[in-house]
Amino acid sequence: MEQSRLKRQESIAFYSFISPWLIGFIFFTGGPIIASLYFSLTNYNVVSKPEFTGFSNYINLFNDPLFWTSLYNTIYYAIFFIPLGILIAFVSAIMLNQEIKGLALYRTIYYLPSIVPAVANAILWIWLLNPQWGLINTGLRLIRIEGPGWLSSEQWAKPGIILMSLWGVGSWIIIYLAGLQGVPEQLYEAAEIDGATKFQRFIYVTVPLMTPTIFFTLVTGLIGAFQVFTQAYIMTNGGPVNSTLFYALYLFRNAFNYLKMGYASSMAWILFLIILSLTIIQFKLARKWVFYE
Amino acid sequence: MNKRTKTILNQIIRHIILAIIGSLFILPLLWMVSTSLKTNRQIFVFPPQWIPNPIIWRNYPDVFDYAPFLLYFKNTAIIEVACITGIFISCSLVAYGFARLNAPGKNFLFLLMLSTMMLPYQVWMIPLYILFTKIGWINTFYPLTIPAFFGSPLYIFLLRQFFMTIPHELEDAARIDGCSYFRIYWQIILPLTKPALATVMIFTFMGVWNDFLGPLLYLQSPDKYTLAVGLQVFLSQHGADWGLLMAASTMVVLPVIVIFFFTQKQFIQGIVLTGLKG
Repeated sequence: MEQSRLKRQESIAFYSFISPWLIGFIFFTGGPIIASLYFSLTNYNVVSKPEFTGFSNYINLFNDPLFWTSLYNTIYYAIFFIPLGILIAFVSAIMLNQEIKGLALYRTIYYLPSIVPAVANAILWIWLLNPQWGLINTGLRLIRIEGPGWLSSEQWAKPGIILMSLWGVGSWIIIYLAGLQGVPEQLYEAAEIDGATKFQRFIYVTVPLMTPTIFFTLVTGLIGAFQVFTQAYIMTNGGPVNSTLFYALYLFRNAFNYLKMGYASSMAWILFLIILSLTIIQFKLARKWVFYE
Repeated sequence: MNKRTKTILNQIIRHIILAIIGSLFILPLLWMVSTSLKTNRQIFVFPPQWIPNPIIWRNYPDVFDYAPFLLYFKNTAIIEVACITGIFISCSLVAYGFARLNAPGKNFLFLLMLSTMMLPYQVWMIPLYILFTKIGWINTFYPLTIPAFFGSPLYIFLLRQFFMTIPHELEDAARIDGCSYFRIYWQIILPLTKPALATVMIFTFMGVWNDFLGPLLYLQSPDKYTLAVGLQVFLSQHGADWGLLMAASTMVVLPVIVIFFFTQKQFIQGIVLTGLKG
């Protein structure tokens, strides 16, 4: 009897403690999610009542060339940014993972760009990528290369934004560095006793033990890539000729510029399905290359 | 070559490589500061001057003449205080519940919470905007601050992980002495997890400072703008005046860098634990 009274007491306490989240979930997340699913099946411009149209938003999406453009731009961004980001972060982390004087300073410098607030970052990069006077093309000119028009060029605007993202890869460096420091020293010693060279130790000890960390950045990086918004909104507003119209930007335009709330909601759900399926595929593939102890 | 010169040479090579990579990361920031200290005539020269001669400070006071950045700062500060308070209270309470108390439905609710972290925010952005429009919250700080008082799954998760590491013995002893759950939370758990709480507060600070989409959606009149939106508007008005723009950007970046320097430890720990982009 006493036992069950205590249990009930604990249950009441549990629900009281989590009530902020529970209430918030109902009003700010769960409720809106259900509403969003409904809106995606309607024609809705906020002013008049939503008009149920079944799956027509989804069908229209597939016939909307800008939807495909935005999807293409986003995939382009992800395909270049994620592997290059992983490579740069991994090499930087390896360089930082050694005993050398002034390491803390280097680590701070490598990380610093990633904390620059998004809007300031975007403005700085508009300036850095300025075709005539920007730092990038000035630097290229010093080695006798005439740089492209970057953000004003249909072909180079995406690479420009990717370059900017790569500059802010600092948090991955920190994650990889923590991963490298977590590799047990004994494993290196054992490999050394077995006669492994430095390079072999890297390939057979470091890399396998780092695969879970790399996998983590791959998954979160892909989710992040599909939500790129602020940079494109500020730096190019989707141009030139829609070459930086990323998925999240096109969704935003549909919702808040054209007030096509139903259409934008269906885009949000397609986005969710894309992210979900890519994540599942990655988890499936992970069995082949990620090393779990 | 003896062994000693070899190690010294080795060290030098490593420093050179580290410095080359480092310069790629730091030069854009130095370029920003350098540009902010120049007149247009000094900016548009080739090859560029890294240290302006003479150094022009005028861009900084000019920024305040052209746009009400102090007001933007005040607005941002109000939102910061509200969000940090809200996140601190709500996330620590909820995390305590999930970490320490048992009840039917707990696992389901925890999984539910984690799964919302997987959903892209766009899924609830539109209905939430409509909700806030209908209840008249547009052009107020409420949409940006009130949700903070209802917790954030990522921070709840982070704090829960910390709370789980505290030994149960302390609490059991307190329970036997008739201590309430709330007192345990307040007097045992919170004091023992100060570093984790600091991490969450710093990240909240950075998140609010960084947030562009929220203020863009919900704040309409210029006297309500935050620094992020104010800076973007400033860009649209002074698009080619790089000295001015870089001065404004430098002032927005500076507080973040200062906070980072003072709280590096918590910062790094937070990134490692959450994998969050700073």
